[in-house]
Amino acid sequence: MGAIQPKVSEPVSDELMLVQRAKAGDVEAFEELVRRYDRNVFRIAQHITQNREDAEDVVQDAFLKAYNNLAQFQGQSKFYTWLVRIAVNEALMKLRRRRPERTVSLDEEVKTEDDSVPREVADWSPNPEQQYTQAELRDILDRTIHGLPATFRTVFVLRDVEGLSTEETAEALDLSVPAVKSRLLRARLQLRERLNKYFQRRDRSNGLQSKPSGGDGTR
Amino acid sequence: MKCSEFLHELTDYLDGVIDAPTKAELEEHLSWCHNCYVVCDTTKKTIEIYRDSKLYELPEDLESKLRSAIATRCKSHKKSGPEKTAG
Repeated sequence: MGAIQPKVSEPVSDELMLVQRAKAGDVEAFEELVRRYDRNVFRIAQHITQNREDAEDVVQDAFLKAYNNLAQFQGQSKFYTWLVRIAVNEALMKLRRRRPERTVSLDEEVKTEDDSVPREVADWSPNPEQQYTQAELRDILDRTIHGLPATFRTVFVLRDVEGLSTEETAEALDLSVPAVKSRLLRARLQLRERLNKYFQRRDRSNGLQSKPSGGDGTR
Repeated sequence: MKCSEFLHELTDYLDGVIDAPTKAELEEHLSWCHNCYVVCDTTKKTIEIYRDSKLYELPEDLESKLRSAIATRCKSHKKSGPEKTAG
């Protein structure tokens, strides 16, 4: 069983030049940065806020904040990592305003060590996502990730959906690398567990799970 | 290796950032532990399904609306006196 192939990042060689031009007041250079990253920021914002209107606001507010604070960007990290950090903070603020009864913090303690131990181990059908239409699948994935705590969703989306490295995720979220790894493991395992009911291989006659066939032959 | 030890290393294993001896130990465990094999395989699928899902794609019309709103706000900020940067 091989490792997951990460997404390949777009080249950013000219990015620093765009940032320098934007710092000097060139709005068109900043607009180019917006074009590069608005889809990513929107995705991250909607994963965190779970609300489309909030995500739209976050995109606008995050880019405006980035523009207003370009002087603070010293170029030690990638512009995108710096932007993600701003966007995550804006999204968390939205979430706090929407759910004032619940404290939302990325560095909150994450319960016990046992909460990610798999309770249900059942093999999935081959290509389980193909059992559903695109719209059905999106609905399943949306509802499933919705149930995860904000701290887990955020780490998962940055690492596994957006393809940031563990170190970049730690930097963007102001967490330590071990904290990112621990949250990522729990997020992945909890999502897996929640998806079981949709993707589980079932015996055709009585609904019981069947033995896996051996899959890719690595066993 | 116990199952709990396997789980502890699962994230690094899936991310391919693990040293060769540990990787060999994990794969030895996978060769006989059905439960860990299934957890590992379905966790990998979970990640791939989310990564490929195009969940929360930004529609083109909304993207143009947002881009134009951001540009307007940046320009208006510039007119009202941008924070001068030292570079």
